[in-house]
Amino acid sequence: MIEALSFEFIQHALIAGILVSFAAGIIGSLIVVNRMVFLAGGIAHASYGGIGLAVFFGLPIFLGASVFAVGSALLIASLTLRKRHRIDTFIGLIWAVGMAIGVIFIDLTPGYNVDMMSYLFGSILAVSTEDLYFMGTLLAVILFVMIFWYRDILAVSYDSEYAALRGVHVRFFYTLILILAALTVVVSIKVVGLILVIAMLTIPVYIAEKLSHSLFSMMFLSGLIATLFTLVGLWFSYTYNLTSGASIILISAASLGAFLLFYRGK
Amino acid sequence: MFVVQIENLSFAYEKDLILEDINLTVEEKDFLAIIGPNGGGKSTLLKLMLGILKPKKGSIQVLGKAASKNPSHVGYVPQNTNVNTDFPIKVIEVVLMGHVGAKNPLFGYGKDEIACAMGALSQVGMQEYAQSKIGSLSGGQRQRVMIARALCAHPKILLLDEPTSSIDIKGQKEIYELLKLLNQSITIIVVSHDISVILEYANKAAHINKRLSYHDISNKKETFHTHNEGEHFCEVELLQMLGSEGCNTCEHEEESKWRETK
Repeated sequence: MIEALSFEFIQHALIAGILVSFAAGIIGSLIVVNRMVFLAGGIAHASYGGIGLAVFFGLPIFLGASVFAVGSALLIASLTLRKRHRIDTFIGLIWAVGMAIGVIFIDLTPGYNVDMMSYLFGSILAVSTEDLYFMGTLLAVILFVMIFWYRDILAVSYDSEYAALRGVHVRFFYTLILILAALTVVVSIKVVGLILVIAMLTIPVYIAEKLSHSLFSMMFLSGLIATLFTLVGLWFSYTYNLTSGASIILISAASLGAFLLFYRGK
Repeated sequence: MFVVQIENLSFAYEKDLILEDINLTVEEKDFLAIIGPNGGGKSTLLKLMLGILKPKKGSIQVLGKAASKNPSHVGYVPQNTNVNTDFPIKVIEVVLMGHVGAKNPLFGYGKDEIACAMGALSQVGMQEYAQSKIGSLSGGQRQRVMIARALCAHPKILLLDEPTSSIDIKGQKEIYELLKLLNQSITIIVVSHDISVILEYANKAAHINKRLSYHDISNKKETFHTHNEGEHFCEVELLQMLGSEGCNTCEHEEESKWRETK
């Protein structure tokens, strides 16, 4: 294991794992307390459309996926704010249509050259330096937003009606959370893949929620727990030669099961 | 000056009028109870006073200004404080949400804000729970915290929507005793179903079912108290008493007929 650390791709994988885990911990907490898990799932799958478009036009994958995911987030945000009771229908729609667009554009791309499975299930061992910059920038943006607007985001998440009465711009923060969620989903694609990303956004958060007294501690703890799961999952995947994304998720799920048994038993 | 002055107010969400030709004045240090059937427009009227909704017709003035112009002097305690109880938030953070005025823009809260929030919590007798998670409190305690949140802005009026709907009898009484205490300096407007309790504390009652009928009940309490065991009245009886003063909505008539046939 130690000699593995000298490989650059392993170093990249570890750094990416930590950066993405913290982003997922913070944003996952917001998604869970705002009851947006299904929304994030829809955006994650829809971003496949962006990957397809990027492959077809020869653009950077992160760029295509980000633009498409943010577009889906904005669409969902505007639909939710207008027709809240119909939101599950819209999410299902965006979820499937986005994926279909991705599949069609990859069909249309001459010469099959990309391993599409890596986007569905992650490819943390193939993280480039540019990817790391992207992940680092996103985490910095998330931290900045949280430091600057923690109170407003807390107010909107806890009681949006009251926050609106106190002059907090609920629409703006709701959309902001969704955009950050979309971007987090995109960077998580590298680590666990877009199908598995929802577990990464929820399992650590679920454990942290039970142990936290405030949103801040929930976010921080979620980040730590997600990092732990990612590192253990990576080690597991390296040792037994298994897919890294799936290993991370199963390690997380097993830990959640153990945690709940212990938590109930107390 | 009237604290709240509503003139010829009508309101509709879509086509059908929810409120029609409402006239109401609330004076300083009144304790007004707004009663009436479900869907009668009680909460809607509260939201109009808060400025969340805009009237279709007529005017609504709060503290001499249009309703939406002065959120800082109007405290609001919403219905359903039992939702979102899993949320990881401390009592003090909930109360701080009510603070208005200069905000510390970065992470964390200013000393003056915390002092203000602690003051509000001690007003409702909850200061020792400041660091507790909101979900660990009972329904009645949570309702006190929501009242503290409203008090944090030093309001001149306190609006409460069904403040005791999900609280046990003992907790209900405590909440009303607290409101009575606060009423010494703040005007209180409560929307409620439990008429029998509200009559113990309110000095005015407005029955709303699309239209409004208004009653000054401050001198009527004796009448109520002479009625058998004292504390609780059947809703129909109360509505009949109020109804004899010209409260002619069809609901009452139906209810009294139903009572006679029984």
